Formats: sequence, structure tokens, C-alpha cells
Amino acid sequence: MALLEVRDLSVQFQTAHGIVRAVDRVSFELEEGQTLALVGESGSGKSVTSLALMGLVPSPPGSVSAAAIRLDGRELTTLPEAELRRLRGNEISLIFQDPMTSLNPMLTIGRQLSEVLEVHRGMTRREARRASAQALGEVGLAEPERTLECHPHQLSGGMRQRVLIAMALLCDPKVLLADEPTTALDVTVQAQILELLRERQERCGTAILFVTHDLGVVASCADRVQVMYAGRLIESGPCEQILAQPSHPYTQGLLRSVPRLTGDPGQRLEGILGAPPDLAALPTGCAFHPRCDLADALCAEQVPELEVQGDAANARRAACFRLVRDQGDADPREAGGTP
Amino acid sequence: MARRQPWEIGLEDSDRLLAEARNQRGTSLWADGWRRLRMDRPAFVALIFLMLFALGSWLTPLWPLRSPVRSDLDRALAMPHLDLGDSQYLMRVPVEQRPTTAQIESSYWELNTIDRGLIRARLALFGRWQTGHWMGTDHLGRDILARIAWGSRTSILVALAATACSLFIGVLYGAFAGLMGGRIDNAMMRLVDILYSIPFIFLVIFLITLIGDHRTLLEERFGLDRERVFFVIIGAVYWLTMARVVRGQVLSLKNSEFIQAARVLGASTTRILFAHIVPNVVSVVVIYLTLTIPAVMLFEAFLSYLGLGIEPPKVSWGLLASDGIAAINPLRIFWWVVVFPAAAMGSTLLALNILGDGLRDALDPKLRGGR
Amino acid sequence: MTRFLLRRLLWFGITLGIVMALSFFLMHAVKGGPFDGERQLEPAIERNLEARYHLDWPMWKQFLHYVGPLNLDQQGAAWLTGGDGSRTFGGVLSGDFGPSFRYRDFSVNDILAESLPISALLGFVAMMWALALGISTGIASALWRGSKIDLALRLAATCGIALPNFVIASFLIILFVFLLPLFPVAGWGNLSHMLLPGFCLGLVFAAYISRLTRTGLLEALSQNHIRSAHAKGLAPRTVVMRHALKGGLLPVISYLGPATAGILTGSLVIERIFYIPGTGSHFVNSALNRDYTLAMGVTIVYTVLVYTLNTIVDLAYTLLDPRIDLEEV
Repeated sequence: MALLEVRDLSVQFQTAHGIVRAVDRVSFELEEGQTLALVGESGSGKSVTSLALMGLVPSPPGSVSAAAIRLDGRELTTLPEAELRRLRGNEISLIFQDPMTSLNPMLTIGRQLSEVLEVHRGMTRREARRASAQALGEVGLAEPERTLECHPHQLSGGMRQRVLIAMALLCDPKVLLADEPTTALDVTVQAQILELLRERQERCGTAILFVTHDLGVVASCADRVQVMYAGRLIESGPCEQILAQPSHPYTQGLLRSVPRLTGDPGQRLEGILGAPPDLAALPTGCAFHPRCDLADALCAEQVPELEVQGDAANARRAACFRLVRDQGDADPREAGGTP
Repeated sequence: MARRQPWEIGLEDSDRLLAEARNQRGTSLWADGWRRLRMDRPAFVALIFLMLFALGSWLTPLWPLRSPVRSDLDRALAMPHLDLGDSQYLMRVPVEQRPTTAQIESSYWELNTIDRGLIRARLALFGRWQTGHWMGTDHLGRDILARIAWGSRTSILVALAATACSLFIGVLYGAFAGLMGGRIDNAMMRLVDILYSIPFIFLVIFLITLIGDHRTLLEERFGLDRERVFFVIIGAVYWLTMARVVRGQVLSLKNSEFIQAARVLGASTTRILFAHIVPNVVSVVVIYLTLTIPAVMLFEAFLSYLGLGIEPPKVSWGLLASDGIAAINPLRIFWWVVVFPAAAMGSTLLALNILGDGLRDALDPKLRGGR
Repeated sequence: MTRFLLRRLLWFGITLGIVMALSFFLMHAVKGGPFDGERQLEPAIERNLEARYHLDWPMWKQFLHYVGPLNLDQQGAAWLTGGDGSRTFGGVLSGDFGPSFRYRDFSVNDILAESLPISALLGFVAMMWALALGISTGIASALWRGSKIDLALRLAATCGIALPNFVIASFLIILFVFLLPLFPVAGWGNLSHMLLPGFCLGLVFAAYISRLTRTGLLEALSQNHIRSAHAKGLAPRTVVMRHALKGGLLPVISYLGPATAGILTGSLVIERIFYIPGTGSHFVNSALNRDYTLAMGVTIVYTVLVYTLNTIVDLAYTLLDPRIDLEEV
């Protein structure tokens, strides 16, 4: 049984321009000790997905609905708020994207760390301090005792991100949601952070959902990949396979656009024509079809569902009518797709 | 659909893009601000109220009110009651019987030509009919409704004139400091800081007492009556905040990228000044204006209460408030002497504050395009 | 920190000098002398009085004698020392504000010593009201944003700003002194005398503080680190009290400086209405009576108070916000 099971998660926001579907019927599973990368452009809905899993989507403009969100067998959608709070930071943690603003500038690092342990583990202030210092040491910060006394603005970006990671890992969570934790950092620090996470995963079996738009990061640390576009999952599967042989035209476009060290110098860079769609006014049918070379009439009419590609053992899936047709299967109108 | 590379944008594309750009019409800050203000109900209501009130106040000589000055001790502290007024006078006054200037002024005070004209118009319209004591009378038997109406004129006049003074001094000072920059700006702002820490109320009281003693000299030599000097003094106290605000705005504009862009595009200094800097400063000034006016009105009321402001026979809301407070005694509560003037002053100031808040929200460029 | 304080001291000296010079010369430019309102005195007595209070000296000499620290009076301040010898020091800079021209038997120091604690206490009560009322309503307004409570509180705050404090005072007197006799009408002595005047004095500042708290708290709550706090599983109350409030209240702290100055000004009127024997009522009377020394004494004391309190507030602000480095201030 998977550690984290998500079925048909949808998040929509009531805005002045209409209803925006930020996440549309996303389903996936996360196994223990595995890293699942959630990839997409800005505005594809990946960050909102992780917020929704934690129950942190602000309720007046936003509304979350899901058939199931199960953590270790426990159904989260029906839990009362107090119970959810006991899980947050404890069994399921979130590392935020921007280390510069995610820490409270008015409190010391030590305070921000100890309060997690005081709330979830019932430690005294002194015990919590000791444990916090140890946690800071484990994420590779030199002089943990001194860092505890510092305020966030006294630390560099890399150090702050390590603090955030230490904070998320304080209670040994089973699931770690990492929302672009390396985006704001430079490449060398990035490598160190990824190494840190990998090492913790090996040691404790933490499952990691890694949200990112950086394919290099995906290649280096993900076991499985899921690609989101306009709030929908459009491809998923094992990491090497997807990166080597992407099925969906969007994924293909993404991989083509990565600049390569090999190849002729002076070769032009490739991009995907067009721009991501306005979530308040999605195109009919497949959301990607206006930018897709292979699109035809069917793609403009019906929304493709995730279909299994290849054999079931590898569990690769993609949502595209052209693939199904090209594989010679039966008429796509029978195979799937909703009008 | 052949795949086109992003760089293969041909002529036909650029035409289309230009046409699209031309059709997108941006809105100016003022049009946008006006639209947002209209949507903000409380602020809009406040604006309408203030405009109607200002109009009614200016036309006070036209209304068939009693004299705000004539005291009638038989009717001192009469309770308010609604009646038809002195209906026996409800008839037109033939030209010969119309009062002379001197007679008008005995019921009021020195009035200017427009006001006298309005009074004559009132006599023509309403005859000698006056309202009853709809809001009661004060301790000297003077009609409170009339005193509120005439007092509003003085208070509004003082507020506007004093604000204009502070505006004038403050904007010039602040703009100059901001544009000059460097040491001159530093020195000028230091002066403002020093002036800020002086408790102005004391100097104002000193000054007013001073003016009071040399009044005849000032009036004869310079034609400055106490009221005009009053405007200048109040204005001179309130210019500090305006100067600071304007200077801050000018400084940040001077270094902003769009000014640099204008310079790069070859705009002359004059053009930059009037086309770019002035409109951006004006919005900030307007906001602070609407917040300064109530502050000035309060200050005038405060000074009049202390006996240092407007003096009788003229009437202002501050004087009314002080009369009201004097009327409080434990034996009988003459509530109308306090409640009606307070309601008038309070509602006007409330409307001004609400309008000021609404303007600030409407003209804040950071909130543009949000809705 | 020392540099900060030294700089403040320097500007304080300059400000005080300007205030003293300005008020001194203004006072003397006013036509009447301090004795003009009295019965007609015999010329000899008048000359004696003038000599005794040094009104016949040239203006600059009077000013220097007033400021001190040197006593320019060759006979010595007989009324101070009791009649013998001369004293080397005198004037404001040695803590002597001179004799009151109006209240002949008292020196300004005496009058200030008696009335200043009363005004200070009134101001303190007013500030306590302002903070307690303002912060609590501001928090309520922010947490229940958009609700009827929020609208009602915001309307109340705008009313508090719009109405002059003496008007509100008159309403409250009618309400709480006559209709529901909860408080005594005037005077000063025990707690019940302090509550109502303090409330009237502090009300407008409570309104401003309420608004500032509301805006500050709302802005603090929209920051990213609040999301982090929720993600850690902290209770909502902890998030607001421990994480949001600290940053959210900073604007209130920097407002305390202007608020103190405003309370001092407002006390002039409130003391009159409630017949409180504080320094404020002395001031207005002294200006009208041409009691030079008393008027200047009060002005100087108020300037010192406002400046000192402003400096303390600025210092507190820099100490409370860990992002500000004092060395760079």
C-alpha cells in the first residue's frame, strides 16, 4: 500500500475573473523511500497541489475537493482541523519555495525550531533547543549553537534553506513535500541540498514529493516523474524512461528546450510556441492543443484522460489522443476521452 | 501546421501585433481612480454629501434662517420645537421696505457684496418669514440652527484657506528640496525635523496673543484682520507634513526608472517636470489635502474653544462647541446646545475622513488593475 | 548606540535653543507687560517691580540671564537664597525657571513641581486607554475582517478621529456624570477622577492605534512566514500572537512618538473641561496673562518631554526590530 494516495484532487479559486481551476482531478501515489517529481511551468498548479495536501489552501477564495487523500491509510479529507494540525510538521511536512521570506524575521532561528518540537513532541524548551541544534548539524550547518541565536536576516540564502529543511525534518515526517526548494539558490548550493535530502531519504525512508520546473534537478534525484499542464496531469512514469523517451508532445517540447552541452555550437535553441493558457479561460478539449503541432479536430473537442502506455508493469501514462491513435489502438472515441 | 521557430516572425505578424496594441487603451490614473472611487460606496456617498453641504453652506444667506447674532434673552435656552416659524411675515416685501445694508449688518456682521445680494434674494423669495427655533436657542437666546449654518461657512472658509496656505508652502518647500537633492535637501529636511519637535500649539498661542495686541496696527497698515492672520498661522503650522510627503514623492520619482527612460528617450527637463513628475505628485497631494482639512477644522475648533480663535459676533463651530460645554450643568441638561453643533461638526469631519480614505485607496497606483 | 544618542542630544540642544529664543522674543514683543492688568500702581512701585524682575534691562541681557547658567543679577537672586550674597549660577540651564510674574509668591519651579505630576499622570492614563482600547479593537478588526464587528469598529475609529475631543468629552459628561452618575464631574484626587478625562484624552489616539494595528496585523498575516507557521502545525492563536503580532505592532510603536505630543496638546483642553489643576491649564492662562516665565517654563518642559519621549520611542523601535542595526542608525 502506498504511503500517500491521492485520488481526483481538485482545487478551484473564486476570483474576480471567474472560477479558476488551479488543479483538475489529479491522482497519484507516493511510496515509502521514493521521490516523485512534479514538473510543470509556472501556473501549472504544482505548488497548489502541495498546499492542498497540507490543507493550507485559504478557504474563502479557494475550495478543495478530492475523492481521497490517504496518508498511511488515514483519510485526510474528513479529518477535523485539530487533527490535521497534529499531522502538519509532524508526519507530513512542507518545505517552502522562498527561503528569504519563509522564516519569521522577528524571531530567532532557535525559537522557530523549538516551537515545532514543543508542540508535537511535548519537549521542554531546553530539550527542544538541544534537539534543534542537533538537527541543524545534520543539515550541514557549522556552529549550530550560534545559529540558534541568530535571526534569519543574518544568514545567507543557502543557510536559510537548510534551516527550513531542518525545520521540516525535525519530527521525522513520513512524507516530505518540497516546493522548489532549490530554485532560489545557486547551483553549488543546490547540489548540496539535493544530496542532503537524498541522504535523509536513504536513512529514514522518507517519501519526497519534489515540485520543480528544473529538469536537471528531476534527472538527478527523482524516481518517478509527473508532468502537469494547466492544472492537469498529462504524463507520468519512471524517471529515466520519461526523460529518455517522452510520450506527450508537451513533455517532448520541454525536453527539447533544455540547452545541451553536446551538439553543434551555433545551433538554435528551441522553445514551445505560444504561452500557457489563462486558467480562467481554458481552451476547449485538450488544454495544450493550441500550442501542439500534432493537434487535430478531436484534440480541440475532447479532453484526453491519462492512458496507460506500453505495458502495465512500467506504469507509464500519458493523456494524448494522438499517442493512442499512433499506437494503432482502437478508435480513440472508444478508448477514452470525455466530451 | 508547419512548426515555426520563434524567430520567424514576419511582417504580417508585426502589423497584427501593432494593431492589437493600439486597441488596448490604458486608462489614466485619474480616470481609473474616479472609477474606483465611484465603486467605493461610503466614499462616494461622503463626496456627494460634502458637495451638497458645501453648496448649502455657501448659500446660507439665501435660507430663511433667523439671525445668528440677535440675542433674545426672553427665549434663552428654549427647547427645540418644530413649527412654521413666524408665519405672520409670510408675504413679499415691497422694494421700499427692503432693509438697507446697515440694517442687514445689525443682524449679522460685515458682509460682502455677494452675501448681501443673497440676502436680498432671500427677502424677495421668502419675505420676512423665518424658521422657528427648530434646534432651540443658546444661553443668550440666539437661534442654534442659524448659528450652525453661519458657523459652517466660517469653519469651512478657515479650513480651506488655511489648507491652501499649508499646501502652497508645503508643496513648494518639499518639491524644491526633493529636486535639489544632496546637501540642500538634507539641510531643508533637518529644519523640518526641528520644527516638528517644537510643540506648535504653544507658539501658535503666543502668536495669536501677539496678533491680538497689535491688531489695530495690522489692520490699518496691512489690511490684515484677525481672521486672515489666523489662516496664515494655521497654514504655517500644517505645512510640515505636506512638505515631507511631497519631498519623499519627488525623490522617489526622480530616481525612478521611468524618468530615466524618459530622459534616455530625449525628453527635456521641463517636459519631464510637467508631464511626469507633477501628475504623480498631485495624486499624493490630493490625498493629504483631504486629510489635512479635517485636521485644520479641528484645530480651529480647538483654538476657538480656548477663546483664541474666531471671536464674536462671528460664529464658528468651535465657538458653538465652547458654548455647548459651558451650558453643561448638573441641574438641567440643555442637550440641544451640545448635540446639534456636535452632530454637524462630526458628520462633516466624518465625511471628510471617509472621503480621504476612499481617495487614498482609489488613487494608490499599486492597487491599479487589480479589480 | 552612543553615537545615536549623542546625535540626538546635539539636535535636542539646537531645538531647545531655538524654542527658547523664539518664545522669549515673541513674549516680549507682545505689547502688554505682566503688570498691565493690575490696578494702577504708583510709578515708584512700578519701577521697583520692573527692576526686581529685570524688565528694564536690554532684551538680550534678559534672555541671557534667563537662560543661564550664569546669574547676571549682581544682587543675587534674593528671593531664592533669602537675601544674602550673590549666586554664581542661575537661569534655565541650572534648573531655575525664574519667578512667576503672576503668582508672586511662587516660582515657576514650584508651580511646575505641583502641576506637572498631575498632567503626567493624566497623560499616562490617556496613553493606557489608547493602547488598551486601540490594540484590542485593532486585533479584533483584523481577525474578523469584513464582518459586522469589523465594520462597526472601523466606523467607531473614524468617528473617534473625526470629532474633537472636547465635543466627545461633553457627550460623555452628559452621559456618565449626569445621566448615569458613575464619575465625579470635576477635580482630581483619586482613580474615579482620572478615568473619564483620561478616556476622553486618549480616545482619538485609540482610534489611530486601532487602525494602525488592524493594517499592520493584516499585512503581517499576509506574509510568507505565516504560511510556514501554519505548515508547522501551530495553533491559529499561536500563529497570530507569537508570529504575526510582533511585526504587526511595529507601526504602532513608531506612532507613540506623535501620539505623546498629541496627548500633551490635547491636555490643554481636557484639563480645562474637567477642572484638573495640571500644567496645561496653567499654560493657557499664562499666555493670556503675559506671565512670561511661566509660559516659557511650560513650553520648555513640554519640548523636553516630547523630544525625550520621541527618542525613547525611536530607540525602542530599533531595539525591537532585529533587522535594524543600531550602528547604522
